[in-house]
Formats: sequence, structure tokens, C-alpha cells
Amino acid sequence: MEAGETGTRTYLGVPLYRPRVAFFEFSSCEGCQLQILNNESTLLDFLSLVDVVNFREAMTGGSDDYEIAFVEGSITRDDEVKRLKKIRKKAKTLVALGSCACFGGVNQLKNRFKDINKAKKEVYGRHPIDSEPVRTLEDIVKVDLKIYGCPVKKEEVEKIALHIAIGKSIVFPKYPVCMECKRNENICLFELGEPCLGPVTRAGCDSWCPNSRAGCWGCRGPADEPNMEQMKKIMEEYGFSEETIMDRLECFGGFSSLMGKGNTK
Amino acid sequence: MIFRTFEKQELKKLFEILAAHNRIIGPVETGRDRDGRPVYAFADVTDYDDVELKYSITKLPAKRFFLPFKEDLSTFRIENDTWQKEISYNVDRPLIFFGLHPCDINALNKLDKVLLHSVYPMPYYAAKRENMFIVGMDCIPQPYCFCRSMGSDTALHGFDMFITDLGSRYFVEILSNTAFNFLKNIKTSEPGEDDHVLYMKVVAKRNNEFTRHVDTTDLTKILDMEFQSEVWKEWGDKCLSCGTCSSVCPTCYCYGVDETVDIDLKGARKTKMLHSCNLIDFAEVAGGHNFRPGRENRLKYRYYHKHRGFVEAFEESLCVGCGRCGESCLADITVPEVIDSIRGSGRNK
Ligand code: SF4
Ligand code: SF4
Ligand code: SF4
Ligand code: SF4
Ligand code: SF4
Repeated sequence: MEAGETGTRTYLGVPLYRPRVAFFEFSSCEGCQLQILNNESTLLDFLSLVDVVNFREAMTGGSDDYEIAFVEGSITRDDEVKRLKKIRKKAKTLVALGSCACFGGVNQLKNRFKDINKAKKEVYGRHPIDSEPVRTLEDIVKVDLKIYGCPVKKEEVEKIALHIAIGKSIVFPKYPVCMECKRNENICLFELGEPCLGPVTRAGCDSWCPNSRAGCWGCRGPADEPNMEQMKKIMEEYGFSEETIMDRLECFGGFSSLMGKGNTK
Repeated sequence: MIFRTFEKQELKKLFEILAAHNRIIGPVETGRDRDGRPVYAFADVTDYDDVELKYSITKLPAKRFFLPFKEDLSTFRIENDTWQKEISYNVDRPLIFFGLHPCDINALNKLDKVLLHSVYPMPYYAAKRENMFIVGMDCIPQPYCFCRSMGSDTALHGFDMFITDLGSRYFVEILSNTAFNFLKNIKTSEPGEDDHVLYMKVVAKRNNEFTRHVDTTDLTKILDMEFQSEVWKEWGDKCLSCGTCSSVCPTCYCYGVDETVDIDLKGARKTKMLHSCNLIDFAEVAGGHNFRPGRENRLKYRYYHKHRGFVEAFEESLCVGCGRCGESCLADITVPEVIDSIRGSGRNK
């Protein structure tokens, strides 16, 4: 089937449009892209819905003619800025894939250091590299869609691709992880004496971490109108230090715009 | 009503007779909390020794067996340009509940009013509810229970048999034929005068053990009067809009419906998922307008549904006073405290 054209795949008799998509990565672990390749049982179905023209992790070569760009990673160097702008120009739709692209991700932890050289020295020692404070994709270009998570949940990415193909709107949960956690019948981690950011973090991961008895680290960023002030009070009440709270809130960068703001309503 | 008494070892026999051909749901211990207290849940049980008859309360109510958090309402098989719809009520055999407390039985009775006896009964609920056998069990009031204030501390109907521990033996109330026939398989006797005296003593002792109360006098009117009370704002500031209260509530039944298409385009499904009026998108409609913006609004309407709207429709509140919501709320928002504060808010002005 010709890529980028209405293909032979149909849904209820209606031919589906098969968009040309490309995957790119910037500063990241590439784990999000790996998630997509991970699901062998559904990979072929996924690939029949979209026409992947560029995916370094999965193919060699690649074309510059694409409509949707899935971009993973945060921006930490000048050449990355240029590359990202080029991608933006070519893509009709630019999707930030994963928490690094959306919030800076774990990489943005280095922004905590007032002097970036200190961080560089700590990490790279006597082999310095070019590295600037971390920026998100949105700090540089317009982002059309954000897919949260560190890593992203493959089911969610597949659903998004499917909805693009059949023309269904894309919606993310606005409520926090606790709702999914209760659905999964977990014992609340606070009752087990563990901290958890579930009450303020956007759902959609199906309470991935609490399902394995580990507290949420907020990788998907804040839910709509999170009650940060109450979250901090709860952490204190259950005996967790300010440092424990901050470590979690700062880990992926999703909460950085809310830090110190307390109540966001 | 028919009463019987039986020796304690007979209960195991009864369980085994029931378990031989049926699926039994009973209270089991699933872990310990950080203070070493047991955590209980309703789960499938096949071995009598796993049943924790002296359980305090389960974290989640039994509703997941008749109002699952997630349930397919219909599935579709798609072939070329045609499709085939399939509907299943998702129940393949009767359910036996072994050891439900009065609050949870009363919760079922309240759900029946909406989901069974209303103009549009919900077949997915009805199919499960009508194939249910319930063995009720008396309980020990916990510090957070206020069922007595809600009139839910005893169950008058909605069970097949109800067992009360008299100390030396069990006392049983029989409400159904099925229960009567099952009980023929174990040794029971007619209660004597001494059993009646003992039963009343046990009940009186339990009545004295309730420590949590809430005054519901004129509550529907007071809620109307205090609609603009500042107190709602104070509770709203604490609320995380997390939905936990509805998830753990035995009487909350609100849901949303999700339509999904399988990635291979060969199937699709309509899935019902329990929701909560405290969640930010509960009253959001197409186009993005939200009829319940603000946490205090949503929290307030939760109380208005339970303690005002439902009372006006059914002459009873949609709360059995089990205390689960307050116990699970990380922000410590409890029904008795919220109601007390509303009753008191006039006084503070
Ligand atoms: S474990 Fe975390 S996500 Fe689950 S209910 Fe508790 S706070 Fe919420
Ligand atoms: S539970 Fe929290 S940290 Fe874990 S995957 Fe979900 S959002 Fe991320
Ligand atoms: S009242 Fe408590 S449990 Fe309910 S939504 Fe608010 S914070 Fe969550
Ligand atoms: S509102 Fe709370 S106390 Fe009342 S029935 Fe529901 S969980 Fe129990
Ligand atoms: S409106 Fe709220 S309180 Fe009432 S049943 Fe629904 S979720 Fe529960």
C-alpha cells in the first residue's frame, strides 16, 4: 500500500488514512521508543495503521517526508535546537513522546544546580561534553500533543495511533492515579508506610507502580488542578521528610511549574 | 421469621456444603498495615479456615462482585463492513456471600432501589443480584462506624440467613427457603427462652459499643439552608478530588462508559467504569463545559446526593455509615465531621 495515502485497511467499510510517521530522539534513554517496539503481539497491527518512514531504533535509512513526528527526549545542546526546529517545519503534527520531551524528564534534575559546570564535572569528570540546562520541546517549538510517562505506556501510544487512523478524539484522564489504584484493588501505600504521589499525578498508567507495591513518583506529571498543598500535608503527616517529597516532585520535571505554588485551583 | 441455634463447629459443615457446588465470597486477610493491623478484603474462598469471621471491615466493599469497577457492557465483532454485537451480563453462576455485615447488606438494599426497582433496571446488576445467596454475620462496632446513626446497624431483609455469635453457639435468623433447606444439612435446634435472653443481651452489649454518632435530624433541610456555607470551602481545600471515597463506598454506583476499538480493527467494546462525583471531569460535557468546577462544589454535591437527593427520592440516605470513605481518605475527610460542621456552621456565624 502506498504510504501516506488512503490504504486498503478499512474500518466498518470505510478506508483508513495511513499517516506517514517518523520517530526522533534527543537527550533521553530511548526507552519510550523501545516501549513501542516491545509489544510484539500488536506491533504488526500498529505498523499497519501508520507508515513508519523514520525510526532509528527499528530501521535503517529513513525518509524526511513525514506528517507526524513522534519526538522523544529533552533538549540539552544547541545542535538539538536546530534539529528540532527542522523537524517542526516538516511535520504537520509534532507529538512529544514521554516525560523527557514533555517535562525535561530525569535529565532536568541537573537544572537544580545553579552552576551547570558543577553538574557536568560530577557526571562526566575529565571528559566534559557540551551540555546546557535542560529544556522541554515546548520551550523551543509548538507541540501538538503530549504523551506522558517515563516510559510511555505502549497501550496508550497504540490507542492514539488508532484514534488518529479512525478519526476518534484523543482524551487523557484528568483525574489522579488513586482512582486507577482503587480500581486495581491495591492497599494504599500510605497504609503500608510508603510515600506515593498518586493523589496529584495524572492517571493513565493504570497505577503501574502501586500495582507492584511501589509508590508513584509522578512520572506522568500533575493531574488537572492537583491539590499540592494537601499532598505535602499528607506526606508530612505520614512522617516523610521535605526531602523525600521534593525528590519525588522534582524527579521528572512535571511538577516544576507548580513547585511552591501549593494550591492550584 | 424462623430462628434456630447451632453449635459452632456446625458452621464449617455448612460452609463446606455451600462450597461443594458454589462460588463463595468471604472476608480474608490480605496483609498488614504499617501498624501491624490486619487488612481485609472480600475474595473467593474455598477453604473455611481462610474465612476471617471476626474481621473488622474490608477496605473495599463487596460491590466489585455485582458492580465491577470495570465491566464490558457489550462487545462487537467486526468483519469487513458488518458487525455483530454480543451482550453478556458477565455472570455464569450464583454467588454466595459468606459473612456480610449489616452495613453491607443494607448497602445492597439501597442499590436495589436504584438499579433493580427503578423504571430502568440495570440488567448487569440484576443478573448478579438475583442469583445471590447471602449469609449475614454480626459485627463488632469499630471507632469509625456510625451505621447506627444511619439506621443501618441491623439488617431486616436482603439476606438469606443472618448469624449472631452468642458466645457458646450461633443464633440464626432464616429469611429464605433456600437457607432453610441448606440448614437441614447441619444439626440445629429451636431456640429456647435462655437463647432469647442471651440474644438480647448480646445485642444490647453491641448497641453500647457504638462510639461514633451523627445527628441526621432535619438534615435535608439543613443542607438546603447551608448551601452557601463557608464550611464547604474548608473541606474543598483539603479534598484531593481523587475519587477514593466513591471507590470504597458500598453504595456509590456512578459510572462512565468508554468505547474502544481493538488495534487489529476486528473488535470493539463498550466498557462501563465506575466513576466518582469528586473527580474533576465528572460533570464535564461535550464542548468542555464543567458543571462542577472547583473541589468544594464537587465534594458538596457528593453530600447532597447521599444525604439530600436520595432521601427525597427514597426516604433514606445513600449512606450506611460504614465509615470506609473517611478511613481511606488521605485528607481525613469523614462523613460525621463534615455533617457536624454543616450543622454547626450556622452557630459560628
Ligand atoms: S497507593 Fe498511591 S495511588 Fe494508590 S491510593 Fe494510595 S496514594 Fe493513591
Ligand atoms: S504510578 Fe506514577 S510513577 Fe508509576 S508509572 Fe504511574 S505515573 Fe509514573
Ligand atoms: S473526600 Fe477524600 S477520598 Fe474523597 S475525593 Fe476528596 S480527598 Fe479523595
Ligand atoms: S459514604 Fe462513606 S460511610 Fe457512607 S456508605 Fe459510603 S463509604 Fe460508608
Ligand atoms: S453522585 Fe457521587 S455520591 Fe452519589 S452515587 Fe455517584 S459517586 Fe456516589
